[in-house]
Amino acid sequence: METLWFMIVAVMLTAYVVLDGFDLGAGVIYLIAAKNDRERRLILRAIGPVWDGNEVWLLAAGGTLYFAFPQLYASAFSGFYLPLMMVLWLLMLRAIGIEFRIHLQDPVWEAFFDVVFCGASLLLTIFYGAALGNVIRGVPMGADGYFFEPLWTNFKLGPPTGILDWYTILCGVVALVTLTVHGALYVAVKTEGDLYLRSRRCAMLLWPVQLFLTCFSLAVTYYVRPSVLENYQRYPLGFLVPLLVFGSLGVMIWATRKEKDKPAFIASGLYITGMLVGAVFGLYPVILPARSNPDYSLTIYNSAAGHHGLSVGLMWWSVGIVLAVAYFVFIYRMFRGKVRLEEHA
Amino acid sequence: MDSALLIHRLHFAFTVTFHYLFPQLTMGLAPLIVVLKTLGLRRNDPIYNDAARFWAKIFGINFVVGVVTGIPMEFQFGTNWSHFSRFAGGVIGQTLAMEGLFAFFLESAFLGLFLYGEKRLSPKAHWWSAVAVFLGSWLSGFFIIATDAWMQYPVGHTIGADGSAQLSSFWQLVMNPWAWWQYAHNMGGAAITGAFAMTSIGAFYLLSHKHQEHARVFIKVGVVAGCVFTILQLYPTGDGQGKMVAYYQPVTLAGMEALFEGQPGAPLVIIGQPNMDERKIDNPLIVPNMLSFLTYRRWEAEVKGLDAFPQDQWPDNIPLLYYSYHIMVGLGTIFIAIMVVAAFLLWRKKLFEARWMLWILLLSLPFPYIANTAGWMTAELGRQPWLVYGLMRTADGYSKTVSAGNGLFTLLGFMGMYMVLGILFLFLVRREIEHGPATIESAAGHAAGY
Repeated sequence: METLWFMIVAVMLTAYVVLDGFDLGAGVIYLIAAKNDRERRLILRAIGPVWDGNEVWLLAAGGTLYFAFPQLYASAFSGFYLPLMMVLWLLMLRAIGIEFRIHLQDPVWEAFFDVVFCGASLLLTIFYGAALGNVIRGVPMGADGYFFEPLWTNFKLGPPTGILDWYTILCGVVALVTLTVHGALYVAVKTEGDLYLRSRRCAMLLWPVQLFLTCFSLAVTYYVRPSVLENYQRYPLGFLVPLLVFGSLGVMIWATRKEKDKPAFIASGLYITGMLVGAVFGLYPVILPARSNPDYSLTIYNSAAGHHGLSVGLMWWSVGIVLAVAYFVFIYRMFRGKVRLEEHA
Repeated sequence: MDSALLIHRLHFAFTVTFHYLFPQLTMGLAPLIVVLKTLGLRRNDPIYNDAARFWAKIFGINFVVGVVTGIPMEFQFGTNWSHFSRFAGGVIGQTLAMEGLFAFFLESAFLGLFLYGEKRLSPKAHWWSAVAVFLGSWLSGFFIIATDAWMQYPVGHTIGADGSAQLSSFWQLVMNPWAWWQYAHNMGGAAITGAFAMTSIGAFYLLSHKHQEHARVFIKVGVVAGCVFTILQLYPTGDGQGKMVAYYQPVTLAGMEALFEGQPGAPLVIIGQPNMDERKIDNPLIVPNMLSFLTYRRWEAEVKGLDAFPQDQWPDNIPLLYYSYHIMVGLGTIFIAIMVVAAFLLWRKKLFEARWMLWILLLSLPFPYIANTAGWMTAELGRQPWLVYGLMRTADGYSKTVSAGNGLFTLLGFMGMYMVLGILFLFLVRREIEHGPATIESAAGHAAGY
């Protein structure tokens, strides 16, 4: 039962990263790929009807995490207090940037909100990567199952452990590059003309960087937490995951070269899925490792809610997720195709 | 009070109070937009669709602010109230996760469709998307109320071996009588905010001789809805909610009324200031025996006062609780008077010329917000000193690892952020009001944006 909920939460978080990832990425390339007001409006139009729906996956995944693993939610959220609050502020700034960029037609403020939107998107991708890095590296968990991490200490793995060290910053950069490519491919799917060419070029230029960072971060992760390989040795089926990661990287560059934009975008989504699944597969059944004393680690067993609650949840969750996926398929079909600005706009 | 506890309480109180300014309008407008779309479909008159489109834009702005200020609420359960989350997550995780899964997806997906899809959809399909938004927003309200109701009156749980609460009966949790009364009362409050907003903007347009036809539609729909909901708010929902408090939290009732001494035939205090040192009401204006009657339907019934309870069970800020409650009830009574008079004038076909009444309707806009806020303060202050009534004290629930300094840092950050957000919000809404309702053709150019 706990394992099932572990997978459910992982799937929901992955869905969030893949979905909100492309509109975050679109925000990162926004200032570089879109040169004039018309092109910027096109990008905003491409993400306009979907970005807040994508963000709802964060809320839903957070809610599900809280429901299934309240102990983890309590411990991790209070321990990562400061960076989480900053993520909230960035999410707000980004929403402000998007909404006001759309509604205000004034060159001065447009420029300002462009920067707000782009900057907040960029920082968010780094924060998300660093968050994952923190989970993989482990936290200074106390015997009572709580901890508090300062933003940084000496940028080493610790002790004393901080949110930002060289490893978590590296994870942040990996996330930044990955989601930038993801967003660029999405913009390529949704647009035409110069904007299309520039976002494709963006993705192609970053691809070698992405390949290098993938290899490098995997090697470094093994150095930081050697135990990640244990599950792979135990269940060799797990080696399909790295296969998926590198396979989809290959498809990405091949499809982008051939101007098969949709397959490229989907491959990028699979790549992200592979990276995240690979990470949680390596940790399982631990969900928040303690760096200090492994016995204090939070596992799916010592942090889950009661069995009755979990089985009741399974019933409504199955109904709810079918509905949610149905809405999403419906909405994306409604707004499918390339975006254009209406002429009298 | 321990300063970390105070900071964490202020942190939640500030962010939730600001947050709830927005959902109360979206939940209130949602059914009214459905009414407008229905009238548009039935009477085949574009004016109703124009009106619905105008309010959908206001709804959209409020929704975005509601979402971005709502995410911090969910986060704070973990960040600032981790001990509470560990204790209660096994129960209220149910309702909170269901909100995300059932309500948010529904509301956000169909709001996008409703706002941007009017041209692509058939009128019927567009009507359905309005209904879906309405359902989503009202479902969302239910799950949050069910969560709060469990904290007010915990049911359907057992205490596990590790001391945490675990779900034992899902049906008891969602059929909690407290939840249903509170839900009815809360949604009524939201509908009142929606109705007053609609009449207020309508009155503004009539007084300034702009968009007059739309303004009449706004006022008609707003006044009829306002009349119904203000009365329902007093009876049965307010009465039912009050009985819940009287039965299950009698000390809270005593605090709300600042009834220091229990007595048969207890009076209802209309105005007066609680004097905690001398344990009496200063400058009281009272209606004798009224409190006994309202609570138990008997003039001579005995109402328990604060003196019947040990002081460590008293709500910890009785004057604020008393004022919150009295402001809510006082404003609610005034709302009924305003809406009944407006409805009478509407019926006599005199409302649109009665400038004095239009002025009253225009100026009344902020007061439902105040009443709703005061109502929530009554509920939350009244529950003190408990976080989960009878099970966990507020002082035991906050994150012990997050120091007062870190809490203050983020509280100040939220204050700054929300000030910016509030100013920008007012600016956007003002712009929509300035622009006014538009036909679908000109609206496309304006929404341009996109």
